[in-house]
Amino acid sequence: MEVFKECTDVQSNRSSYTSDESHDREEISHLQRHGWSAATVKVLASMPSRTAELNKSRRVRYQASSHESPHLSRPVKGASVLAEAEEINTEVRSDLSYSTDSNLCAAENNMDQLVSSLQGLSVSEGTRKLREMPLSLADKIEIRKVAFSLKTESSFIGRNIPCYTHLSMYISMTWRHCLFSCLPVFSSFKLWHSALKTLSGRYGTGVLSYFLFLRTLLFLNLLLFVITGLFLIIPQAINPPPSPKADFSGIELLTGTGYFSDSLMFYGYYSSETLPGDQYRMPAAYFFTIGFTLFIICIILVYRLSKSFGKNFQVLKSNKNLAVKVFSCWDFKVSKKISVRLQSEKISTQLKEQLSEMIKGEDKKTCMQQLHRLIVHLLAWTACLISIFLGTIGVHNLSGKNFNVKTTLNLPKDTELLVLSAVVSGINLLLPGFFNLCVWAEQYESPGTRVYVSVFRNLLLKVSVIGVLCYRWLESIPANGLECWESSVGQELYRLLVMDFIVTVLYTFLGEFLWRVFSQTILQKKRKPVFDIARNVLELIYGQTLTWIGVLFAPLLPGVQLIKLIVLFYMKKRSLILNCQASRKPWRATQMTTLFICILWFPSFLGTVVTIIYTVWTIKPSEKCGPFRNLTTMFEGGQMSTRHLEDAHPILKWLSWVYDCLVENPVFLFLASGVFLMVIYFQAQVVDGQRKIISRLEKQIENEGKDKKFLIAKLQDLCK
Amino acid sequence: MGNKQTIFTAQQLDAYQDCTYFTRKEILRLFYRYRDLAPQLVPLDYTNHPDVKLPYELIGSMPELKDNPFRQRIAEVFSEDGEGNMTLDDFLDMFSVLSEMAPRDLKAYYAFKIYDFNNDDFICKSDLEKTLNKLTRNELTEDEVRMVCEKVIDEADLDNDGRLSLEDFQHMIVRAPDFLSTFHIRI
Repeated sequence: MEVFKECTDVQSNRSSYTSDESHDREEISHLQRHGWSAATVKVLASMPSRTAELNKSRRVRYQASSHESPHLSRPVKGASVLAEAEEINTEVRSDLSYSTDSNLCAAENNMDQLVSSLQGLSVSEGTRKLREMPLSLADKIEIRKVAFSLKTESSFIGRNIPCYTHLSMYISMTWRHCLFSCLPVFSSFKLWHSALKTLSGRYGTGVLSYFLFLRTLLFLNLLLFVITGLFLIIPQAINPPPSPKADFSGIELLTGTGYFSDSLMFYGYYSSETLPGDQYRMPAAYFFTIGFTLFIICIILVYRLSKSFGKNFQVLKSNKNLAVKVFSCWDFKVSKKISVRLQSEKISTQLKEQLSEMIKGEDKKTCMQQLHRLIVHLLAWTACLISIFLGTIGVHNLSGKNFNVKTTLNLPKDTELLVLSAVVSGINLLLPGFFNLCVWAEQYESPGTRVYVSVFRNLLLKVSVIGVLCYRWLESIPANGLECWESSVGQELYRLLVMDFIVTVLYTFLGEFLWRVFSQTILQKKRKPVFDIARNVLELIYGQTLTWIGVLFAPLLPGVQLIKLIVLFYMKKRSLILNCQASRKPWRATQMTTLFICILWFPSFLGTVVTIIYTVWTIKPSEKCGPFRNLTTMFEGGQMSTRHLEDAHPILKWLSWVYDCLVENPVFLFLASGVFLMVIYFQAQVVDGQRKIISRLEKQIENEGKDKKFLIAKLQDLCK
Repeated sequence: MGNKQTIFTAQQLDAYQDCTYFTRKEILRLFYRYRDLAPQLVPLDYTNHPDVKLPYELIGSMPELKDNPFRQRIAEVFSEDGEGNMTLDDFLDMFSVLSEMAPRDLKAYYAFKIYDFNNDDFICKSDLEKTLNKLTRNELTEDEVRMVCEKVIDEADLDNDGRLSLEDFQHMIVRAPDFLSTFHIRI
């Protein structure tokens, strides 16, 4: 009974300008067509908006006759298809400042309107507008034929288009033809297309976003590898320096020492002079290549981030949760029967939860319950922070001992180097599991909060671990008096990466398999466990950060990461299919992807850049190895190289002048940042103004609706 | 790159490329998918625009659509005759709109048509009820369905006429960042 009362209350709240409930319900029903008298219907049928539709239906039949087919291109009831095109077209035309008096045009003019809207635009703009029109493909082809043929004809008739526009149009068309025929070369974007399709069919968009992220990182690493390969590795490989080669034994693949320590892999191998026969200055190449790769990656990441934000950003905060949920929750990619069923269950659970929240209203917790929740949260946070702290201290102490060749355990030679990386990988494996346990114990109400909290804790752990390691490498290692500290750091990074990979493989094959067996037999759950997307994505970001830091010290590291990512893809896919199933909890894929790209940009990439800049700017390179030996800093090497280049090619002097004036001059930087801030401020004001306009327009639409109801009611009364 | 295919003329392929979000290669791949549904009905030569329509049963049996509760509505919306029987043009149009590159407004337009079961250009309460039942496989009770429908209309209906017009729908979809990624079929 309460439920029914709720319903009627909800209905009556909507028309609030009269107090009489029954009168309200009557008025609402006036908009239902079956409530109208014949006279009312006659008057309403001659409303301007209805007569415009009649014109469109005439146009549909005109189109049909021109197609010489007995049936209509779209049924008459879909005549509003063209009405929508008309409305969209009206906007376009008003942009082009044509007359907006579209309602009085005859039917034949509609086709001309659409065609003329395309004519004033360039070829690419016109194609874009054509694709966006909500018409059937046959109609679009028809419009395209007329529009683009008119374009070529009209250049000779009437309009004084200068001939270079005509020429440029032909050039752009032929260029587009060439581009599309060459596009198969760029079809690498379709890498793993069928595998991703199977995965998305089974598990939905959430899990797919992990694999798409992996693919993005793969391409970034490929780019990095190609650039370093072309400019650093190949020139040095052709001209190897004379050095004694150690023997190769299997353990080197894990530790990176021995055979590998004096190889292309690490910084120490690269020579500091011009390579014979090529006039190729290695220090210059090293410095500029690293700088160039970081710059390119910066641009790519910023571009992706801005695109992601653009998709995700909402001008107005929506409180229309239920409506949005109903219409955007169904994932059309899911095609496996079981997954479709799971999806329906997921949606119905969500809707039921939201309904019960609506009925019960806000759950008023007692003081005791609130206190209890607060204590639980505090305990969980303290436990997590303490565990992170302990892990960090452990890594700090261990890495301090690492380079002093002190063995407290009886391990075979070189294996003690693996201890640090094993411990770090162990921490990365176990602590996130502990965090998941804490989150489960805290019982957050909304799944979104749960995910954010667990991502934050994971991130904190990884940032502290990498931070402590970087501190160790940059502060104490150079002072230790090692022969070639950059190579040691590179080896350490290599070990971390390889250990991380081995531990992930073991965890994926054994751990997830065992967990599935455990949860199905001992915990007696009927369903397989769920793929933890957040944890896996953070693992990827961690590996990528290590690679980026390592590029300076070990130029082949992107290659290693490349191999690792390829193997990881197939492994994770296999393990997913065997051990996991689609999640029953909602996962907002777009927001999460934006968050992950944000994390990739902000702590990960920017942290790397800061570390590398600090290294290059302040730390003294080792004296006996590497391209920057006998210099005070690596940056000095870069400066020397620029001077040599300028002497060789005097044209480049103006570049360095520009650099001195702009980059090193603080006034220019102040001005630039001032201008940026002003632009941001203006945009923020514009957005604010748009928000206000939107809310005013919404109010206006509501008032129009009320007026319409009122007038129809009066019309009904008059017609009686 | 030589054009070795004889299924379409160059102009036809260009037209398809300009009017959909697919490249040449993808259009040919889609053609073969279309043909695989009924090899005896679909000729290998489309240069003289043959009038071939595949019945809805074949379209609905595609693995991408087989278990989708909205497959009938999708086929009806994109087909010429409104019954779900699709020509190649309709087929390409459908997957073009459902592809990754289609913009939000275009997708919102067609999503609106899909959820409008009675084709009256408004999503009224009965349309919403049918949508909900398809989404949840009839797991919600009647009262729950009714409550959800009322709340949805309450939230999204701007001009207070008790049903959602295309503008209301598009206005609401702007606030759904997930819409672009969920209203997408990989082919």
